[in-house]
Amino acid sequence: MRREPPQTIGDYAPLLFPAAMLTIFFVVPFGTMIAVSFFQRQQGGFYTPAFVYDNYARFLSAFFGGVLGFSLMMAIAVAICCVVLALPFTYMLTRMARSVQVVWLVALLSVLSLSEVIIGFAWSTLFSRTAGITNILVALGIMGEAKALTPSFAAVLTGMVYQAFPYTVLVLFPALVRLDPTLTEAARTLGASPLRAFFTVVVPALRNTIVATLIMVFIFALGSYLLPQLLGRPQHWTLSVLITDQAIYQSNMPFAAAMAVFLVLVTLGLVALTVIAGRKGEAA
Amino acid sequence: MNINSIKRRTLLGAGLAGASMLAMPAVLRAQDKSLKVGVYGGYFKDSFDKNIFPEFTKATGIAVESVAEPTGEAWLVQLEQAARAGQAPADVSMMSQVAMLKGQATDLWTPIDVAKIKNSSNLLDRFVNKYPDGRVAGIGAVSWYITLVTNTDVYKEAPTSWSAFWDPANADKLGLLALVSNSFLLEVTAKTFMGGTNALDSEEGILKAFEKLAEVKPNVRLWYRDEAQFEQALKSGEIPMGQYYHDVTGLAAADGHPVRSTFPKEGGIQDSGCWALSRASQKTEEAHIFIDYMCQSSIQATLSRKVGTAPTVKRESTDLTDKEFAAVSSDIEPIVPRYDLYQTKSDWLNQKWTELIVG
Repeated sequence: MRREPPQTIGDYAPLLFPAAMLTIFFVVPFGTMIAVSFFQRQQGGFYTPAFVYDNYARFLSAFFGGVLGFSLMMAIAVAICCVVLALPFTYMLTRMARSVQVVWLVALLSVLSLSEVIIGFAWSTLFSRTAGITNILVALGIMGEAKALTPSFAAVLTGMVYQAFPYTVLVLFPALVRLDPTLTEAARTLGASPLRAFFTVVVPALRNTIVATLIMVFIFALGSYLLPQLLGRPQHWTLSVLITDQAIYQSNMPFAAAMAVFLVLVTLGLVALTVIAGRKGEAA
Repeated sequence: MNINSIKRRTLLGAGLAGASMLAMPAVLRAQDKSLKVGVYGGYFKDSFDKNIFPEFTKATGIAVESVAEPTGEAWLVQLEQAARAGQAPADVSMMSQVAMLKGQATDLWTPIDVAKIKNSSNLLDRFVNKYPDGRVAGIGAVSWYITLVTNTDVYKEAPTSWSAFWDPANADKLGLLALVSNSFLLEVTAKTFMGGTNALDSEEGILKAFEKLAEVKPNVRLWYRDEAQFEQALKSGEIPMGQYYHDVTGLAAADGHPVRSTFPKEGGIQDSGCWALSRASQKTEEAHIFIDYMCQSSIQATLSRKVGTAPTVKRESTDLTDKEFAAVSSDIEPIVPRYDLYQTKSDWLNQKWTELIVG
């Protein structure tokens, strides 16, 4: 099939609908948010239209810098954990019989139907002292006494990885299915062990997919605000939690908007850096 | 965001209403007089739907559509955003005192004509919420206490003082409210250790209270925004101590859960909800009838018996027995929150508080 560049305005018509949707549901709300982030906060009230930098100034402090740093670190950790777990898993999945694949994929899709609230409460029960998994270990004689595993960083990380794992598999799956099996066969013929073949052939062949997946999971994890509250201590609260606090509980829309704009900018910057670094690596 | 969703919902609602008008003109006429009332979702709303609203409709012919509102100030933000767009997601809402004050700042509440509220003479003065210029912004709906709650399996003896929060023996055992403006822990600290809430008059006093409060941090397992999260953990003994609502804890205990609510010797924290009318509402007349109805001593007594709230009317005017009254209130002088601070110093308090618990 030959692809021709669009010739007339009519050729662009199919783009109109998605473009309109994107404008109405993304560009306009985002523009509103940017506008609100410059509005004047009325303490004890709401806000009045204005053009002030106060909201950004308040954000630029060691305290919020620390929270932002933690949120980014957390999202990166979730992205790495997910890809490290999902890549071998998906690779093995693609080598299985069709019927087994279907069962696994349906199971993963059903995890997606769970809301963040259900996932959070389920994990907080599993990690609790009174009804959690440590009770099984005690029954088996491995542990002396049941203890609570939540709230902790590990608990938040587990919850978030659990939530993002199905997405990771679903993004990696098509690329791994399309991967030419003769590549690994050639490596095996030349004497590489299966493990070696996986790391020297499969992983490099999927470089771009892996980077794209890391970015996707990173952004997905950055927006999480319920799991850190349910499974973590206050020092594990992400910037999204504080944004919610300002918007919903303090009725400080301008400050919440400023924090959100800042978060989006930093995220875009990081993604751009990753893409640029990826291109440079390819060129070398 | 809120504006969009409300508009969409209103649109859907208007569409549905339009369709039903064509289909069932009789039904529409029967519900000609109606009122949307916002009450806290969950147990509160269920109780009102079951025990209060049907009787009101029977007595006045005004149909009530109850709307589940979130606690805290989330509902205030939604009402405010909607009012800016000329919408009222609820005509009358039950609002906490901090939310009342913040709504006053933007004239969100339609002033209430007390002359039309005949039963208002029964009300205790502190439950009539007024604008600085004297107009009435809201009328007391119910009042409630936040008390010291414990799991009876873990704590055989009930604690007697808020200072239990500071006891090193309770490390990692407490569940406390996560926001400065709904936990009122500054007031608790001031009353317990600094001789009273007047200690919070100056910024130095507030900082001192923050300092004292910081000592509680190692004992706190959960800072909760969502009540269900703590209630569940308290019942199971996972988090065996904390601050919680006296009414709901009493109901849980009555259901056989191993929990108890104690009025500490420094007093429980008394907060209250007002009925307030959104300025975007067209139902001023119905709203006055509703508020008047709710101010009756008999209704206040029903609320105490069925919902577990304390009456906002003079106790003598109700037919509550000593036992019934003791179940919802206490003779110990309550800790009354410093609502003024949450209006004049709200951002500063919020910043210090967040730094305290997150930092």
